[in-house]
Parts: sequence; structure tokens; C-alpha cells
Amino acid sequence: MRERLAVVGNGMAGVACVEQILRHKQDFEITIFGDETHVNYNRIMLSPVLAGEKSFDDIVLNGVDWYRRHGIHARLGARVAAIDPVARTVATEDGMVTEFDRLILATGSSPLIPRMEGVNKSGVFVFRTYDDARRLIELSGPGIKAAVIGGGLLGLEAARGLQIQGCDVTVVHLAGTLMERQLDATGGSYLQRKMEAMGIRVMCGKSTQALLGNGHVEGLRFHDGEQIEAGMVVIAAGIRPNAELARAAGLKVNRGVVVNAHMETSAPGIYAVGECTEFEGQTFGLVAPLYEQGKVLAAAVTGNRGPGFSAQAPAAKLKIMGVEVFSAGDFDESHPGAEAVRYEDPAQGIYKKLVLRNGRLAGVVLVGDSSDDHRYLEWLRSGADLAKQRRHLLAPPPAADGGFDAAKMADHDTVCGCLGVSKGVIIEAIHEHGICTMAQLKDRTRASTGCGSCTGLCQSLLKAVAPDFEEEKAKVLCECVPFPQDKLREIIRTQRLESVQSVLEIYGNGKGCEVCKPAISYLVDVASCGGHQEDRSARFINDRVHANIQKDGTFSVVPRMRGGVTTPDELRRIADAAEKYNVRMVKVTGSQRIDLLGVRKEDLPRMWEDLGMPSGQAYAKGVRMVKTCVGSEFCRFGTQDSITTGIELERRLENLYTPHKTKLAVVGCPRNCAEATVKDIGLVGQDGSWQVVVGGAAGKGVRKADLLITVETTAEALQAAELFFQYYRENANYLERTYDFVERLGIEKIRRDTVYAPEDVRQRLLGRLRRSKERSSDAWLERYNPRATQFVQIQPLEAMQ
Amino acid sequence: MTASERWVKVTHSSNIPLHEGRAVHMGGHEVAIFNLGGRFVAVDNRCPHGGGPLADGIVGSASGRPTVTCPLHNWKVCLETGGVARPASGSGACVRSFEVSVTGGIVSVKIPAERPAR
Ligand code: SRM
Ligand SMILES: Cc1cc2nc3c(=O)[nH]c(=O)nc-3n(C[C@H](O)[C@H](O)[C@H](O)COP(=O)(O)OP(=O)(O)OC[C@H]3O[C@@H](n4cnc5c(N)ncnc54)[C@H](O)[C@@H]3O)c2cc1C
Ligand code: SF4
Ligand code: FES
Repeated sequence: MRERLAVVGNGMAGVACVEQILRHKQDFEITIFGDETHVNYNRIMLSPVLAGEKSFDDIVLNGVDWYRRHGIHARLGARVAAIDPVARTVATEDGMVTEFDRLILATGSSPLIPRMEGVNKSGVFVFRTYDDARRLIELSGPGIKAAVIGGGLLGLEAARGLQIQGCDVTVVHLAGTLMERQLDATGGSYLQRKMEAMGIRVMCGKSTQALLGNGHVEGLRFHDGEQIEAGMVVIAAGIRPNAELARAAGLKVNRGVVVNAHMETSAPGIYAVGECTEFEGQTFGLVAPLYEQGKVLAAAVTGNRGPGFSAQAPAAKLKIMGVEVFSAGDFDESHPGAEAVRYEDPAQGIYKKLVLRNGRLAGVVLVGDSSDDHRYLEWLRSGADLAKQRRHLLAPPPAADGGFDAAKMADHDTVCGCLGVSKGVIIEAIHEHGICTMAQLKDRTRASTGCGSCTGLCQSLLKAVAPDFEEEKAKVLCECVPFPQDKLREIIRTQRLESVQSVLEIYGNGKGCEVCKPAISYLVDVASCGGHQEDRSARFINDRVHANIQKDGTFSVVPRMRGGVTTPDELRRIADAAEKYNVRMVKVTGSQRIDLLGVRKEDLPRMWEDLGMPSGQAYAKGVRMVKTCVGSEFCRFGTQDSITTGIELERRLENLYTPHKTKLAVVGCPRNCAEATVKDIGLVGQDGSWQVVVGGAAGKGVRKADLLITVETTAEALQAAELFFQYYRENANYLERTYDFVERLGIEKIRRDTVYAPEDVRQRLLGRLRRSKERSSDAWLERYNPRATQFVQIQPLEAMQ
Repeated sequence: MTASERWVKVTHSSNIPLHEGRAVHMGGHEVAIFNLGGRFVAVDNRCPHGGGPLADGIVGSASGRPTVTCPLHNWKVCLETGGVARPASGSGACVRSFEVSVTGGIVSVKIPAERPAR
């Protein structure tokens, strides 16, 4: 009969240990008990979940099929209430008893609740499980004052997450400086400044005496008498090993379940792994040593006992975008024989300290720039003699790519610190299994499934080694602002951010690039209905000079010709301007208007003046044109007045920015002469009604537009178009054309949210459109009030020969 | 013919808005001057890819260094070294970078001794 192995705890350490056991090909009949109802997930990534960067699907480590594939019996949502080491049984709370031959305790730990009054009030939370994270996301939001008790790794990550959800956050910390277990006082104060710059209030040296409020929490009172308001409190003040089960069963327990170097408890056949353990008087709070424990245990339980467990120097990294903090080893320079090497740049917020002992690295603290963390960790773990490198400890000769260079790593160097995966193992896996995506690499080697900080390194290894490397579809906007666009839209709207720079500074790297700057420009514009602070340096050149740049650096000029209708007078002015400014070509465009190609930047303002027509926005992610057919005024088949309607539609929407260019058409009957059914928005006249269609395309691809609604009057048709237009503006990703947007959301949802939405919802959509429209104007009027040297060719002050 | 190296006064710093570039013709050079906030930098205005006007690009960063992205096909040029930061296939290419100083609000550019090959 197969030996029966029971595992209590479906968390990170327990399941990682089971993964190792499976590798030994020992044939156990495995049952895993987990009191959470979820499959095995990456707890570390709950911080990005709270910050909206990841969803549950993204953080699953082993899904249902994994348990099934390996014949593992998973008892989820089942809490083990007692174990009997003599009868060799575990009993779950529902009274079911399961026999085992061997047992692994992997119960993890629980949040520590410091002694204070009022912790049972509603609105008081901890942050340990996915359910906790979900509750926090549900209940947080703009206008809510939140307090986080505890300024360690977990507390700060929770604080940032809540802030991204819109809360006004204060971190309350007992010690004099933040993260005092990982940082010295100087490092802590650098970190505090960074958190404050992000808009999170930090109060250090504060001991909470009571949570105030009647039933629901309303505030905190400190021992010094000071009080602050808080409608939501998260306690992140440390953890306590879950050892009660073992204690009740008579196992040796101090703070945690006592284990030896082979993870054996005091009871034969019973092992423990993870945060519930205590080894040589030490308990654990980070995964790297726990995975090590798992390997040792797997060897022991399968009869392959190898070297025992020894705790390595702990290394910790803060997972807050834009706040780089890394700490490893013993950084206390007051210890005998220790000497410190420091670098500080207060203006840039960079602080680095290495502590050496006997010419070897003992500890390291990095704040503001942790790009070299791998180098230091390697020195620390290998105990490298640094005598020869003394001059370059903090300022290594810059690598070719300015960052850490994967090519220079030795094969035995660790890439993934959490799971202990070396460069050699990764390269071997890539070759052996033809790996070409990150997902495959994670699946094979488990690298980067811990804290994720080695993802970049894994990617560069893949890129360098895998012949068929495939870049994963980027879900985030870009490296500078690593949020999915949905999240960013929500952040900008709820936090009322009104400038590109403020978004970059609070949620990004402060610099931005050609991808994120135009996108954020759009997002702040639409979220504030045009009330944002316009930043032209963040716009593409076309939107700085309101003309489309050409291959030779000149520009094209397309005046607005609403509905494709013009006059002899306009045509005369166009002809005159074309001659006066020597345009290289006059062309009738595919959008029923005229393009003047090859205009010099400095001629643009005068040319616009001479034309006396508004901008056609032919250069912008904005409203291009409304094409029309001749319609009922002239055409023998015409059933609706497409020209008047088209011109009116263009007037209502022109001058506004949209996620991508928006092209419209209005036709007088279903013969569809102006191709309305392949436009972003089309109005198709019928006898006695209009069809309003959306999401059509005839560019890179062809897509027939979906019917949004059929209405009787022209007024209703125009309103339906406006509703969809504003809905697209507010909900599409930047650079998402309507044909993708409609496909992504589905026309049913769009109908429900626009034309069939409750009256007040529709009125609000139209109200925001109206507000944006009121604030907009013809871009070419900027000729009367240009920005500094916007159209000017600068001449040097001194003549050059 | 070679003119000797010299500093040339170009324009008042307020004529180059924050995080934007402006092109200036100086001698045989067409120089793109950028305002990075607190400092100014200058490179050749012509993109090594197809001659696109770098002064019209968007300023960003790569590996912590300031860059500009060419408006024509998105090549990314390092504003400190003039090297091409993207695409990898362009990494051999390079534009010239120029020294810039600002005194009394006037931006000056150092024009090197030899004239560029034309
Ligand atoms: C001038 C014009 C061609 C013409 O001479 O007729 C034109 C010219 C350009 N088109 Fe177009 N498109 C023109 C009508 C169209 C049409 C026809 C229409 O609007 O009914 C289409 C198909 C409909 C559509 O938009 O889907 C069209 C589909 C595209 C596409 C593919 C869009 C797609 O997602 O499928 C691009 C590329 C893009 O946007 O990514 C593009 C991009 C471009 C750009 C802007 C490329 C660029 O970024 O520099 C061209 C500018 C040339 C220049 O140097 O100025 N152009 N382009 C037309 C200007 C219309 C106007 O008056 O504003
Ligand atoms: C938000 C957050 C961020 C973190 N960030 C990092 C980081 O960046 N780096 C890092 O190294 N570490 C981080 N950690 C810590 C890391 O998640 C833990 O070290 C790791 O999860 C411990 O693994 P474990 O298996 O021992 O415990 P857990 O993962 O907690 O698993 C224990 C499981 O056992 C279950 N259980 C307990 N008692 C019973 C019972 N009687 N019956 C049935 N089931 C039971 C628990 O509910 C739990 O599901 C973070 C933790 C959190 C909460
Ligand atoms: S759409 Fe119909 S009515 Fe309009 S021009 Fe074409 S054929 Fe005539
Ligand atoms: S000309 Fe600059 S990228 Fe092509």
C-alpha cells in the first residue's frame, strides 16, 4: 500500500515542499488541507493585487489541474482542528478524520495584533490572505481615511495599495524610523521622505492605545494622547507562527514548532516547514529560507536525506513601484569588527550602505537605487573577498546597458533568490525544454514566482539564450508607469490628478517616455473634462504644432471641411495659400477634404490665418471628419438629410481628443455611399428612422459596424452618437480604435451602458461631453497665442560664419 | 577649411521649454538643444536612422539616462552620449553630442573644431 502523506496548510511553503517531493518520484498518497478556499497562490503578490496591478488569476501558483494531475487530494476550506500523533490521524473542524503515515505541518503564521482597545470594531483589518486583499479593495476608495498600523515591509505595501485604491493614508509606526528591522535610521528616514513625497503620511514613534468609534472604527488614539481620524484601519504589526495545533498535540513548541536541520519535529514521522517553524531559536518571515526548508524536508521524507538546513542571510526588497529598497544580511556597523561604506545623495533620495567584516560583505542597505542588489547578494552569499574591489564597492564600472549584466554572471550565481534558482539551471532548462516564454520558464524552473524582483533578469536571460524568445504581451502601459490602463484611468479619475508630471511622479519613474506621456496626456484630459494642465512636452510633435509631420520633417495641413462640404471662396483661399507657401502637393484625401503637403513649421501660423478655416485634426488622436453623402437634398434615393446631420455631428464633436482617431460618416439611405458601416461611428438613414452603428473599420482590417440602436428622430440619432462617443473616450485604452473597443466590451454591454442606461447615467455622460466641449477650441487659434518658440526657427544670438 | 573650436551664444533659456527640444542651425551644424530641467543638453538634430528631426521628439529615459525618441520611427537616442538606445540593431549608430552651458540665462553651445563631413 502507498504511504499516506498529509499536509496541513495549502500555502507557499507547504505546496512548494510537495512540489519537491513529487520530483523525488516517491509514490505517496497525498492529501493537502487548507483552510483558505483558494488553490495555492503566491501570497507575496497580494501587495500588487491590492495595488490593482495583478488579479487573482495572475498569482495562482498551482491551479486545480495541478492537484488533479498529480493525484493530490485537496481539501480546501477545511481547517484542521486537531492532530493525534499516536493514532496518526488529523481531524478537520467538520469532524472528518483522516489517517496518515507521515504528516507535514505547514500552517504558516497569523498577523500579530498588538494589545490595544477596540480591535474588534468593524473597519479593522489584517492583510494576510487573498480574502483580506479582496475585502480591502472592496471597502477602500476615494474619500476614505485609512490608517495602517506598522511601518514594516507589509505595512508600507498595504499603505501604498490603499492609496492607489484612492484612500487618504497614514502609516503609524512604533519605532523611530520605518522598516527598522531592514534599514538603519538613515535609510529609514530616506524611505520616509519617499513615502511622503508619494502622498502617504508617516507618523513614527507612535504607539496606538485605542481604536476609537462606536461599533465602526473612526480613529486612533496614541499613548501620548494625540488622535487621528480613520474610517479604516489595517494592522500590519508583525506575525506569529501558527503553532497551536502542534502544541495541543504535545509537540515541542517555543514561538514556533521546533524543528531540527531535517525539518523533523519532536514527534516521529511529523515534519514542519514554513513560517510555523522555529529552527535554532529563529523564526521566519520571508520565503527564500522556507523554500530551502522545503527542499531539505522533501529529501528527508522520501528517504534521501542530504545536507541539513541552515538559515542564510535574509534579504528583503520592498515591492512598491518607484520606491527601491533592498536590505540583506547584518547591516549593523556597531558590531565588533564591522566597517561601513556609504553613499548618499539626498537630492536624488539615494542612500547606500555596505557593512564589511574581515574584508567580506556582511550586510547591505540600498534605498532609492537597488539596481545592484544582485551583485551584493552574490557577494554576501558567496563570502567573496572584496579586498581588490574596495575602490568600486558602491560605484561599479557602468555595464553596457547601465544595469545588471546577465552575461557577466557565473553559472552558479543565483538569479531567483526566493526559489534559489541559478543562472545555470535556467539556461539548462531553456535548452533542454525549448522554452521561449516567461510563462514556460516559470512553469519549469519556478524562477520569478516568488517576489518577482528577478523577472527582468530572467527575461534578459531568455532573450539572450532562447532562439525563439517571445515577449509576453505587455499588460501594463509601459516600464515607466507599470499599471494596466484600466487601473491608471481609475487612479487618475479618483485621485483627480491633472498633470502628466504628477502621474509620473506619484505612480511612475518620474521621467516617462514616448509611450506613456501621450497616453497620460490623454487620460488626464478626459478625466478632468479638459480641465487638466496641458503639458505640450508630453505630446507628440503633431499635437504640439497641430500638423502631421512628414518624412522630411515638414508638415501637412488639412483644414476642416465639415461633412466634406466646401465653398468656392474656401477653395480659392486654399488655392492661394497653396501657392503662397509653395506646398509640394494639393491632394483630395480619402476623408472628403483637402491636404496641403510639405509645409515648413514656421509657416504654419500664417498659413492657417490665410486659410481662415479651422483645423481638421488630421494629425491628432481626435475627431477626424464626418463624411457625408449628398442625401435627401439632392439624391433620388435619399431618405434622410445626411449633409445637415453630418455637419451638425461634426460641429458637436470636433476639437476633442479621443483614445485613437475617430472617423464618422452619415449616409442618407442604406446604399451607404459614404461608407458609414465601416466607420467608428456611422448614421445610416432609413425611411423614417436612423440606424446608429459603431465599431466599423476599413483600414488595416475590415469590420462591419455593430448596430447600437435604431431611432426615429435625427435628434435622437445625434444623441446616441454622442453617448457612444463619450463612453469610448472614457473607457477605451489609449490607442484602442473603436473596432477593438467594441469587440473587447461587446456591443451588449455598450448598449446597456449608453443608449439603454438609466436616464441619469446618460445625462452624466452627456454632461461630461458638454463640459469637455466647452473647454475645447480650434487648435489653429493658437497662432494668436503661441507658446515659446512653438513655430519659430531659433537663430543663434551670435552670427556663425 | 577648419574653424577652431568655440562657444556660441544661442538663445535665452526660456526659449526652450521644459522637457522639449529646439533645433538651431550653427555653422555647418544643425543642433537640437533640450531643456531637461536644471540642465540643457545638445545633440545633432538629424536622427541616425533616416534623418528625422530629433528636436521634435519626446524626451524620456533609458537605464536612468535621458533620451529623445525620434518622431519618425521611434529610434531612441541617448542625450548624454548620442548613442542609439533602441533598436538594438541601431546600437552601432551614434549622433554627435555637444557641450552646453547656461550663463546669465543664455544657453551657449560648444562647436567643435572640425566641420562635420557633409
Ligand atoms: C492623407 C490621407 C491619405 C489620402 O491622401 O487620402 C491619409 C494619410 C495618412 N494616414 Fe490614413 N490617411 C487618410 C485617410 C485614411 C482612411 C480613409 C478614411 O478616413 O475614410 C483610412 C481608413 C479608415 C481608418 O482610419 O481606419 C486610413 C487608414 C489609416 C491607418 C490604418 C488605421 C487602422 O487602424 O486600420 C493608419 C495608421 C494608423 O492610424 O495607425 C493611417 C495613417 C496615416 C498617416 C497619418 C500616417 C502617419 O502617421 O503619418 C498618413 C499621413 C500622411 C502624411 O504625411 O500626411 N491611415 N487613412 C487621408 C487623410 C484623411 C483626412 O482628410 O484626414
Ligand atoms: C502581503 C504580503 C506580502 C509579502 N511579501 C513578501 C516578499 O516580498 N518577500 C518574501 O519573501 N515574503 C513575503 N511575504 C511573506 C510570505 O508570503 C510568507 O513567508 C510565506 O507565504 C510563508 O509560507 P507558509 O507556507 O509558511 O505560510 P502561508 O503561505 O501563510 O501558508 C499557510 C497556509 O496554511 C493555512 N492554515 C493554517 N492553519 C491551518 C489549519 N489548522 N488547517 C488548514 N489550513 C491551515 C493558512 O490559512 C495558509 O493558507 C509576504 C506576505 C504577505 C501577506
Ligand atoms: S446614400 Fe443613398 S441617398 Fe445618399 S447619395 Fe448614396 S444613394 Fe444617394
Ligand atoms: S528617422 Fe528617426 S527613427 Fe527613422
